[in-house]
Amino acid sequence: MDQQKKPFHHALRINKELCIGCSRCMRVCPTEALRVIDGKATLHPEWCIDCGECFKVCPVKAILVEDDDIARIFQFKHRLLLIPSIFFAQFEEKLTLDAIKGILYDMGFTELCTVEQGADILVDEINRYVEEFKGEKPVLSSYCPAVVRLIQVSFPSFADQIMRLIPPLEITAQYYRREYEKNGVPLEDVGIFYVTPCAAKIAAIKAPVGGYVSPINGVINMSELYNKVFLAYKQKGTSENEHCTLIHSSLSSVGIHWPTTGGEAVNIKGRALAIDSMPNVIDFLERLENEEIKGVDFLELRGCDMSCCGGILVQDNRFLIKERIEKLAEELPKKHMLDQEFRNVCSGYIPMEPVEPRAMIKYHPDITIALQRMEEASRLRGLLPDIDCGACGAPTCEALAEDIVCNRATMEHCVIRHAYQADAEMIEKIWGKKRFRE
Amino acid sequence: MDLSFNIQGGDFTSAGTASSQVRRTLKELGVDASVIKRVVVALYEAEVNIVAHAYKGEIVAQISPERVFLKLTDEGPGIPDIEKAMTPGYSTASQEVREMGFGAGMGLPNICKNADVFNLHSVPNKGTTVEITIQIS
Repeated sequence: MDQQKKPFHHALRINKELCIGCSRCMRVCPTEALRVIDGKATLHPEWCIDCGECFKVCPVKAILVEDDDIARIFQFKHRLLLIPSIFFAQFEEKLTLDAIKGILYDMGFTELCTVEQGADILVDEINRYVEEFKGEKPVLSSYCPAVVRLIQVSFPSFADQIMRLIPPLEITAQYYRREYEKNGVPLEDVGIFYVTPCAAKIAAIKAPVGGYVSPINGVINMSELYNKVFLAYKQKGTSENEHCTLIHSSLSSVGIHWPTTGGEAVNIKGRALAIDSMPNVIDFLERLENEEIKGVDFLELRGCDMSCCGGILVQDNRFLIKERIEKLAEELPKKHMLDQEFRNVCSGYIPMEPVEPRAMIKYHPDITIALQRMEEASRLRGLLPDIDCGACGAPTCEALAEDIVCNRATMEHCVIRHAYQADAEMIEKIWGKKRFRE
Repeated sequence: MDLSFNIQGGDFTSAGTASSQVRRTLKELGVDASVIKRVVVALYEAEVNIVAHAYKGEIVAQISPERVFLKLTDEGPGIPDIEKAMTPGYSTASQEVREMGFGAGMGLPNICKNADVFNLHSVPNKGTTVEITIQIS
């Protein structure tokens, strides 16, 4: 496989000043992309998939999300904000949708649109795509960018099963850009901004797969915007712009459910399953790769537990968010007001290349050397305590053995072995005798 | 690299452990996905055969830069009529086994199709040995 690819663009960064090297992030990373070196968490950029599990567990907020400054919107005359339904669902009922919109309008956005307007036309298009798909099934959803990256890195053989349709967010962005164009607005005056519930979506917008270029100009951190809106409400109450006309909030019950688990799969004909949270997604893909699961037509795969309700930048409890989404959905029609207009001018079908596989090289690109290293790593594992304590700076004993044979660490890194050499009796009292004796 | 696994007859919950481990190893070695797929299909079928038909068995996987060699030895009823067993669609699996989604009678021909070299040796009332070789390069 061609590994001469430009490096992965990441939306997550470790602030070494803040990092206390506690190893919590290292333990939860699903691709084992983190190590502790010199007292700081260190990222392997080719293995990171921007899922944000590290962000969730960091006790000192040392994992930074590379979003755009809200002040950037003022570079543009027309400032459009694309808002996911999740954003509204974070607020308690007393802060009404209109109140939130009014506050956002006060902040300088000239137009507000709900992101999931683009979902409705995708229902028919995904069904057509799945039906016409010539390759091996299941077709894998392209919705969650962390999952797309997981597939590139850890399941490269499935890369060509990733649906080559753009997600609702991009469809909506395309629609509104076209609207401005139609109304004679110069495109350089148009700034399209998106409020993101996660880091993966930032990475996907800044560096999309399949040669696609996003019309979105900037990405705003949802947790930051939540704080700004809530503060404005607490200080000034509701805005008089509550009923401003520049709001395209038209949304269908299909659209509002899209970011929640099953919101996509429920619309797909044939055998369609919805899987959420990274460990579940990995387990399911492994079973699929193991030929244990057959006859599935479509898979909705989401990196976060409860899908976007559990996004790393989403405030409040994911179950409460889901509850509020259900409540909001009750009042929505099956089709939104702009449905026909979207159908007339938009499509998820964009000329796209297949997603490139980026298989992680564990040992060496040359299989002969890789085999030698694997055998050596397997021997070393017998000498390591197999308790995955992480004190060596690697997430597991297996990972340490791999690092040793790839010259990234030494046997000396194993703190437990040092302790055993110093006081065997004490260590055996805890971990038993068999662990250290052949 | 040698990997070995013990298989218990009737233990469907563990069926697939060997093919899963071998798949993971080949993936870590950077073996081409199409080769891994053939190994997984052949090994999974052969592994399930032991679980479904034999009392117990052993799987040995030898991985070299050139090829994957799989040897599956079981103690079991053996295959009385190999020619029949190699016919697509022929099955001796019990109703119970079929209800679990196994025993469609495609096992042996499917293994054979995915293997570069396929050897089958069986002694009725004693057991069966299956040898599968799949070239890597």
